Amino acid sequence: MSSTTLWYATRATGLVAMVLLSATTVLGIVTANRVTSRRWPGFALQDLHRRVSLLSVVFLAGHVLTSVLDTYVHIGWAAVVVPFASSYRRGWVAAGTVSLDLLLAVAVTSLLRHRLPARLWRGVHWLAYLSWPVAMAHGMAMGTDVRLGWVLDLCLACIAAVVGATAWRTALAAGRTRRARLLLPVRRRPEGVPVKHLTG
Amino acid sequence: MAPTVRGTGEVTVKVNPVACEAYGYCAELLPELVTLDEWGYPVVDGRPVPDRLVDLAVAAARRCPRRALLVETAPPPSPRRR
Amino acid sequence: MSPTSSTVAVPPPASPDATPAAGTLFGAWWSSGRSDLAAHVAHFGPLPVPRRVDDQWCDRFAAAVASSGLTGRGGAAFPSARKLALVRAGRAGGLLVVNASEGEPASAKDAALVSCAPHLVLDGAELTALAVRAERVVVCVADDRPDTALAVTYAVAERAGTGLSPVPVDIRRPPGRFVTGEESALVSWLDGGPAAPSFRPRRGTLLTVGRRPVLVHNAETLAHVALIARAGAAAFRRTGPAEAPGTLLTTITGAVERPGVYEVAMGTPLGEVLGRAAPRQAVAAVLTGGFGGSWVPGTALATPYAPGDLARIGGVVGAGVLVVLPRSSCGVAETARIAAFMAGESAGQCGPCVFGLPAVAADLAALAEGRPDAALGARLSGRLGAVDGRGACRHPDGVVRMVRSALSVFADDVRAHLRGAPCPGLRRPSVLPPARPR
Repeated sequence: MSSTTLWYATRATGLVAMVLLSATTVLGIVTANRVTSRRWPGFALQDLHRRVSLLSVVFLAGHVLTSVLDTYVHIGWAAVVVPFASSYRRGWVAAGTVSLDLLLAVAVTSLLRHRLPARLWRGVHWLAYLSWPVAMAHGMAMGTDVRLGWVLDLCLACIAAVVGATAWRTALAAGRTRRARLLLPVRRRPEGVPVKHLTG
Repeated sequence: MAPTVRGTGEVTVKVNPVACEAYGYCAELLPELVTLDEWGYPVVDGRPVPDRLVDLAVAAARRCPRRALLVETAPPPSPRRR
Repeated sequence: MSPTSSTVAVPPPASPDATPAAGTLFGAWWSSGRSDLAAHVAHFGPLPVPRRVDDQWCDRFAAAVASSGLTGRGGAAFPSARKLALVRAGRAGGLLVVNASEGEPASAKDAALVSCAPHLVLDGAELTALAVRAERVVVCVADDRPDTALAVTYAVAERAGTGLSPVPVDIRRPPGRFVTGEESALVSWLDGGPAAPSFRPRRGTLLTVGRRPVLVHNAETLAHVALIARAGAAAFRRTGPAEAPGTLLTTITGAVERPGVYEVAMGTPLGEVLGRAAPRQAVAAVLTGGFGGSWVPGTALATPYAPGDLARIGGVVGAGVLVVLPRSSCGVAETARIAAFMAGESAGQCGPCVFGLPAVAADLAALAEGRPDAALGARLSGRLGAVDGRGACRHPDGVVRMVRSALSVFADDVRAHLRGAPCPGLRRPSVLPPARPR
């Protein structure tokens, strides 16, 4: 496979992965917001979130594979999971690596979900909120196609979608004060029977 | 860690009210057994789960994002001895 | 020097001739007016702990508790012997928790007991701890009861080094919330978590702190255990009916001249019990059991104060709480106030409780103020059914029971309120135990 083909493949799979990962994130937020309708019940959206995330991982794997196999620039296998191990554009590749590491943690814990404590799964899953922006930064900084109008528009659309969904989630969560009670300081109880002091 | 218990006795469905956060997937998947109250929380009546719905109940329990749906199997009644 | 007692009144017995017998909980306090160790030992005798605590002694102790028929005095009335047996069957080295957290606003009996007879409670705790091979006693007093905590701290200090505390005693101050006193909430807090009840789908599961089993008993229950260990199960059974023997502490408040904590024999007619506190006017109704208990009508005062008899008229003994409602007050309004308080005391864990109780309270407030909408009756009824039994603990169940009993006992008032004609009692100040502003 020629270097050019690999390079095109890297860019293409990267772009598709970016869109799919953004969609995954938006779907995750949508399920957290308890969106449900007759045609799209909650469990179906949850299912869609899982399937789109698996698809993203497939394209991401292609992206990583082609970028390492392409010998035009040296990235090396180590750089796939170890940040700053690449000699080519160390910083931005590292961003991709970090994003991938976080995503792998989310993916692995999700696949093993029922064998792990619930709190561990939830804690790791929140890392997705970190993985996505780092991936976007990696894509927009490294992607040679960003100078194309439509690619830039696509990136901005992805960002708008995730940021918008996050803002919506934050607004909804603020309205849910259910757990707030347990965190409030202890409130004073009624006196009971305060009548008179007795001396011994 | 799996949310179900397998056995050969009567199967019932229960909700852990502390874990439940009103996602509502259980009511979507098992409308025959689970309804939602006016605040979106599941109501189960403790009736035994019909055989044809047991697999669906187990699937619904796995889907619950908070693992609040529990599928329990009562131990089979001990055989009578003369 | 014994400490001055707390802010609770423990009024003297009805007449000088009716001095309670030596076996009653406040015996030492009545005869000497003191609650210190010397007075306690002088009145009750030494702690009946053997030189060697072996299985034989533990078995005899457990048997005595079982044959006494003692049930928990914390409200749930669970047979104490059964709880003991459950924890005995587990591993050693657990905790014995003395539950004096008393989150019920209308109850002051544990505070009175711990202030006026702390050594009886501690005796019971030590003996029970030995019987279940616990390695520590933990006394829980709410963090907004400084006087009670002081009294028990003093008592524990008195016992230290005397051989009367074979099992070391710690004092912990859990938050003063209503649900804190629930067994699993208290244990959760002791284990470092929030003071919120846990979901216990299977009855009879052991509570644990770390990996150690925990036996939680109400302070009064342990005081009775101390008496049973000294005088025997038969002496305990001499008072009260066969199915509910012994005495219990009641807290009588509301429209009475002498509110306070009274020790009564189980089975005493309700009217006689209330009579000791001298109701100020004709009794319209009595709230029994606590804020999560139930109302009984003023016409039923001949009923014996015992679990079975009270249940027949829709009442509940619970934690020995009795709040007297006079004719001049509005039962619906008081019910609405209680419901609002209870809604605010939800642990905040379970949807039906968190959302359902405030909704019920709002409906009751509208009813009390005489501004109901046409659908209120049906809606309230439906909500009560939706909330009942759907929490992790019995808090919502108690509120539902209390409200349903109010709808029944105050049926005429409810009908008037539904017509939009509230009674003048609405404007009267509440007779409920006073609440500090939040």
